[in-house]
Amino acid sequence: MNVQELIQLIDGNLLTSPNHLDVEIKGGFGADLMSDVLTSIQPEAVLLTGLCNPQVVRTATMADVSAIVLVRGKVVPVETIDLANQEGIPLISCLKGMFELCALLYNAGLPSFEKPLPNSDCGCY
Amino acid sequence: MEGSTPRSQKVITDQMVENITKVEELAYELRVREVMTKETKALSPDMTMRDVVEMFRVERISGAPVVDGKKICGVVSMEDIIRCLLANDIDAPASKYMTKNPITVKLNEPVVEALKYFVNAKVGRLIVVSQDNELEGIITKGDITRGYLRALQRQNEEEELRRYRAKHLFEDIESDRTSLILRYNIIAGDFRHGGAASSNIKRALLRLGASPQIARRAGIAVYEAEMNLVIHTTHGGIIRVEIEPHRMSIRIFDDGPGIEDVQKALTPGFSTATEQIRELGFGAGMGLPNIQRCVDEMILESSPGNGTRLKLKINLDKDTTTDEKLSPIKENAKNESANTN
Repeated sequence: MNVQELIQLIDGNLLTSPNHLDVEIKGGFGADLMSDVLTSIQPEAVLLTGLCNPQVVRTATMADVSAIVLVRGKVVPVETIDLANQEGIPLISCLKGMFELCALLYNAGLPSFEKPLPNSDCGCY
Repeated sequence: MEGSTPRSQKVITDQMVENITKVEELAYELRVREVMTKETKALSPDMTMRDVVEMFRVERISGAPVVDGKKICGVVSMEDIIRCLLANDIDAPASKYMTKNPITVKLNEPVVEALKYFVNAKVGRLIVVSQDNELEGIITKGDITRGYLRALQRQNEEEELRRYRAKHLFEDIESDRTSLILRYNIIAGDFRHGGAASSNIKRALLRLGASPQIARRAGIAVYEAEMNLVIHTTHGGIIRVEIEPHRMSIRIFDDGPGIEDVQKALTPGFSTATEQIRELGFGAGMGLPNIQRCVDEMILESSPGNGTRLKLKINLDKDTTTDEKLSPIKENAKNESANTN
């Protein structure tokens, strides 16, 4: 699906200027930990996250993310929107929660673009 | 793309209206003089409507200003012609049927002023005048659209040209060993700009013709390192990138507190980050391991009180992106989802 279709599917609000709406989204990834995004996301995915600081956009730029969805209708700082416009990444806000959005997109046929870690030991206890 | 306009209008929110978009930015940047139609045919008030119709047909226009000497006194549009025809009054002078006091915009006004009139007054054209209110031309919605397209194309061409020039940088300059050095000063605690250097480095690599995979690996590695400078140092630090045709060497150094146990810092999940940093989505102890995964060579030197020096190398001539690194495994992902269904 492309960004336009994604917005319709999740009933989202586009916060950035209406550019890059025909960019293809090939998979999905949900995380609030930017380190996880940088470690495991594959290119051309939609990033679902509850964070809305400018670093989300920076992370998305580095990881070749196609679009960002900010879950649970968070109030987004202007600098985040400015940066997304500057970097040309569509920023979408959505009232739905992370779990519901992941399910919605997965059921619509979007595969997970989360790569397993090369070694399963992540160091968490 | 058919139907894309009404759909994108649907998602415009109040918040969006408050935030200026890129297209709107252009409306402020572009001046009326850059998009208007110059050398407009002008009508005189005593010209008959018959002659006006004939002129519109020959010139293939649908409206024109009426000028008396130097004074602009009206505008004749299709609507006025229809009124005249319905009254069966084709030999009347233009002054009888013209719309008086037409809306004018000045040459140097931003295009957004013209757009405001188009939205509010529902007219097809505006008269463009000089500072002394003399006729300079007309501006229509079509002129603005064409002006937009030209401006967008110009921006595109500029980026293409930058790419072209950058790509040929190494070929055009002869030496025994040519390299390009980029330096960035990173300020400690500056979360707002943290990551800007990495964005610039990634863009530079793409302009220099690096593959998207390599630019992505370099971007992620430098971004993690840049955020480390923002989060963990006392006075920030420096990122120095040396790009050669076959490889890039990145050095990130600071005079911060240094690392107590280098081996421990490389362990996935080990972190000394504060709660505030974790709230930003960082500090999960994946930074250094992630850098290591993205580069071809990594050396970390640090001891308490002596700052930290991180040296990275990425090969540019052959793509060493393997499955271990960051290569897309789209096929696998597709298969997985197919299996689950």
